[in-house]
Amino acid sequence: MTSDLASVSTSPVSNGAAGGPGPRSGRWRAALRWEAALVLVLVAVVLFGAAESSTFLTPTTFFYLGTDIGYIAIMALPMTLIVMTGEIDLSVASALGLSGAMVGYLWHHGWGIWPAVLVALAVGALGGAINGVLVAKVGLPSIAVTIGTLTLYRGLAEVLLGSMTVPAIGDRPFPTSLTNIGVVPVPGTHMSYSLLFFLILAVVFGVLLHATPLGRSLVAIGLQPEAARFVGIRVNRIKLVLYIVSGVMCAFAGILLTLQNASVSYDAGSGLELNVVAIVLFGGVSIFGGRGSILGVVLSVAIVGALEMALTQMNVDPNVQNIVTGVLLLLSVIIPNGGELVRRVRARMRRLTPGS
Amino acid sequence: MSAHIETGSEPWLSRAGALLRAREAGLFLLILIVVAVTAVHNHDFVGSQSVQQLLSGAALIALLGVGETLVMVTRNVDLSVGSVLGLSAYVVGDLFRDHHIPVWSGFVIGIAIGAAAGALNGFIVTVLRVPSLVITLAMLYVIRGIDSLMVNGNTIDPSSIPSAFTQVGYRTILGVPWLAVIVAVVVAVVGYTMRSFRSSRELYAIGSNPDAAVLAGVPVGKRVFTSFVISGTLAGLAGTLFLALHAQVDNSAGSGYELTVIAATVVGGVAIFGGSGTVVGAALGALLLNTINQALVASRISAFWNEAIAGALLLAAIGIDRWLSLRMARSLTSAQGAHRDV
Repeated sequence: MTSDLASVSTSPVSNGAAGGPGPRSGRWRAALRWEAALVLVLVAVVLFGAAESSTFLTPTTFFYLGTDIGYIAIMALPMTLIVMTGEIDLSVASALGLSGAMVGYLWHHGWGIWPAVLVALAVGALGGAINGVLVAKVGLPSIAVTIGTLTLYRGLAEVLLGSMTVPAIGDRPFPTSLTNIGVVPVPGTHMSYSLLFFLILAVVFGVLLHATPLGRSLVAIGLQPEAARFVGIRVNRIKLVLYIVSGVMCAFAGILLTLQNASVSYDAGSGLELNVVAIVLFGGVSIFGGRGSILGVVLSVAIVGALEMALTQMNVDPNVQNIVTGVLLLLSVIIPNGGELVRRVRARMRRLTPGS
Repeated sequence: MSAHIETGSEPWLSRAGALLRAREAGLFLLILIVVAVTAVHNHDFVGSQSVQQLLSGAALIALLGVGETLVMVTRNVDLSVGSVLGLSAYVVGDLFRDHHIPVWSGFVIGIAIGAAAGALNGFIVTVLRVPSLVITLAMLYVIRGIDSLMVNGNTIDPSSIPSAFTQVGYRTILGVPWLAVIVAVVVAVVGYTMRSFRSSRELYAIGSNPDAAVLAGVPVGKRVFTSFVISGTLAGLAGTLFLALHAQVDNSAGSGYELTVIAATVVGGVAIFGGSGTVVGAALGALLLNTINQALVASRISAFWNEAIAGALLLAAIGIDRWLSLRMARSLTSAQGAHRDV
C-alpha cells in the first residue's frame, strides 16, 4: 500500500534529471559529474570567503563552522537514506528539539547527565518508530505523517520545558567537561566535536549505503518499490528501521546542540527541517528516490557551512543568507534538467522543420 | 456479490446521504462539537467576539489553503506560500508608508506580487520540469531572503497604514468580519469552479494519473501552471489581508505558514498525492485547526499543550481519512458498477 509513495509531490511529468542514455553506467557518470561540480563550487566558495574576509581561513572559523553545521549535518545523513527510498522525514528538527528538551527536563529534575542522555536517545528512537509504523505499517503518506509529528514532537518539547531555559536559575550548570565541545576543539586539531561525529557517521552511512546489500536495496526501493518487494526486499521493515535510525540521529544531534550551547529551550532547532531537506537535495539526492550519494551530501554540507560562515563574516543578515540557500537549491535542480530541456526543445524544432 | 446498485429512484434521499458522508459535513460537525464542548466550560466561547476571532484567525490559512488545494490536487505542492505572503504584506505596507498609495491599489499590488511569484513557480515546474517540492522549497528561501533584504530592520507599524485599509482587518458586516466574508467569497467562487468547469476537473485528472491525463489530451503544463499562479495570487491577497489584520509587518510575517496550510488542507481531506479534495474541505480544515487552538486556550488548558494536541489531532485526522478511504474502496468494489464521483 505504500508503494506509490515515491511519487509524493512529483510534478506530473517524470524527472529526467541526470539521465544519461546508459542505464547503470549513465547514472553513475551523472552522479560523479554532480559531485565533481560540487567540489568546484566548494573551491569557489572557499576562495570567495578568503577574498572577502581576512579571518575566513583561520582555525577559529573552521571550528565554528563545525559547531554551526555539525548537528544539522548529522540529521542530513538519515534523511539521505529516507529520501533515497522515496520517503521524507519532516519531523527531524522537532525530534531534535524534543530530545534536547528531554535532557533539559531530566537535568532540571536532578538526573545525572548520562542517564538523561540515554533517555533522550530512547525518546528519539520512539519518535522515529512512531513515524516508521505510521508510514511503513499503516501505510500513510510520509509527508503528511511527519508534518503531524513535526507539530506533535515540538509540542511535547514545549510541554516538557514550557518557557523555561535549562539550566534555569538555581539549577546546576551542565558538566563543563561536556559543554566544552562548544568551545574546545578535538585535541591536536581545530575540528569541533560535532563535525568529527558527523564525519565518522558519514563514513558509516556511506559504507552502509554504497557497499552493503542493505544500501543497494534502498536504491532499489527508491527506483521501483513494487519490483523491490517482488525480489524479496522487506520494504516496509527497512523503512521502519530507517525512521528509527533517523529518530536516534536527531536525538544525538539534539544532545550535541544542548551541550554545545550549555543550555536548552523547547524551540531549539526550530524550522531546521527544511534546511536539512535542502542540504540533502543540493547534495544530488533525487526527491523521487533511488539516486544520490553520501559523498554528495557531505560536499553539500561543506558548501552550505562555508558559505554561511563567509556571509556571516561579511555581516550579511542571516535572513538574507536564505537567498543563497534557495539559489543553490534552484541551481541544483535546474542545471541537471537543463540538458534535458535543450534536448526537448531540439526535438520539437526537428518536428517543426519538415523533411527531417 | 451483493450488488446494491443505487438507483435514482429517491434522488433526494441519496443526495442527503451523500451529503452526510461527505468530508465537509464531517468537518463541520466536528467544529460544532469542539465549539459546543468548549462552550460548556466557558460560555464566552460562543460570544460574538470570540466567534469573530475564530473566523478571522482561520481566514488567512483558509485562503492559502484554497490555493494549496488547487496545487495539491494536481499532485504538486507549493511550499512558498508563507514567504509570498510575507513579501506581499511588506511591499504593500512599504508603499503605504513611503508613497501613500490609495487603498485599492494596495490590494492590486499585493495580488500582483503573488501572481508573479506563482507564475515563476509554475514556469519552473512545468517548463523546466523540476519537482515542485524542491522548487517551491527553494523559492521559500529566496523570497524570504529578498523580503529580509527589503525590510532590513524597517518594520511596518500601524501608524503608517491608512485607517481605511486596516478597517478591512477589524470591521464586520452583520457581525461577520470582512476578512471572513472575503475568504468565503473566494472559497465559494473557486469551489464552484472546481466542481463545474472542464478545465478544473482536468486538475483532478492530472493528479489522479498524470500519464493518462497527457494521453487523454489534457494540457497538463497549462493547467499546472495555472494552479500555481492561482496559489500565488491567493498568497498575495493573503499578504495584503495580513497587513490589514495586523497592521504590523516584519521579515518573519507568514514564516512557517506553509506547513500549517498543508496540515489544514490534509485535515480538510485533500489527498497529498493529488486527485481528490475540495477547497471547501481545505477551508473547513483551517477553521477546525484554529477552533481547536482557540478551544484549548478557552478551556484554560496550559498553552504549552496547544501544539502537542494539534499534532496529535492532525495524525488522527490522517489516520481516520485512511480508514474511511479504505472502507470506501471496499464498498466500491463490493457494489460493482456503482459509480460515485466523490
